[in-house]
Amino acid sequence: MIVVNTETVPGYEVAETLGIVQGNTIRAKNVGRDIAASFKNLVGGELKGYTELLTEARREAIERMLAQAQQLGADAVLNVRFTTSAVAAGAAELYAYGTAVRLAPLASPESTGAAVLDEGA
Amino acid sequence: MDAIIQLVWQIVMLPVGLIFGGMAERKHFRQLDEREAQLPVPLDNRKHVTRPEQVVHAQMISGQVVIATDYWKSFLMKLRNLVGGEARSADRLMQRGRREALMRLRESAARLGANEVWNVRLQFSNISMMQGKRGGNMQVEVFAYGTAVKRRAANG
Repeated sequence: MIVVNTETVPGYEVAETLGIVQGNTIRAKNVGRDIAASFKNLVGGELKGYTELLTEARREAIERMLAQAQQLGADAVLNVRFTTSAVAAGAAELYAYGTAVRLAPLASPESTGAAVLDEGA
Repeated sequence: MDAIIQLVWQIVMLPVGLIFGGMAERKHFRQLDEREAQLPVPLDNRKHVTRPEQVVHAQMISGQVVIATDYWKSFLMKLRNLVGGEARSADRLMQRGRREALMRLRESAARLGANEVWNVRLQFSNISMMQGKRGGNMQVEVFAYGTAVKRRAANG
């Protein structure tokens, strides 16, 4: 599955649009991470625990989006966007969405186009 | 009583933030300068990739960081709130977060062997607000994402 946040995949043209696919996850921070972060908070700087938490959560959202795309039989997801929203104190929703499409290689014989990937994101 | 403890704690932590927070910040900026010099992957925030016929691989990548202020900076910001104007300390915090996130984006592009990153987007979210904490330190997440593009070697 090709995943890009541009409007087209270089070397391919969109043969069929399958519609929007989306993935979301709501994550609450856990107490252990919060304690570690509050220590770090004394001097400022990066809060690694939170960075990891959000990275993980976003990967989850992307995976759910890709699962939907796979169900539709898509080759690629284009124009992927992210939003984050606070749903409750200490919890955030991470949301990824994009357009699932079927691709066709461009007519010109030299252009091999983007390689197909098995791992998303 | 709670409020008094909070106040005393904040006053005690002020010099800690000023000294260690400042040291950490300067060190971080020095490291960023070095890493940016070492890994000059070009970023572009246009949507359409130029010369698409050379592209052999395109993949979405991301880089993110959560960064927080220390008590000294929070104090400065509160002071600044009284008189208005440019908050330099907050400015530096955002710069740090932004440069770090973009640097991580470049690093993940380099891991893929990509030549450049297209359609780079930045997104900010204030995490301290999510916690519903009033008067706490500012915690900001900076999330950068884009499409890494690898070109055919012969054409550079």
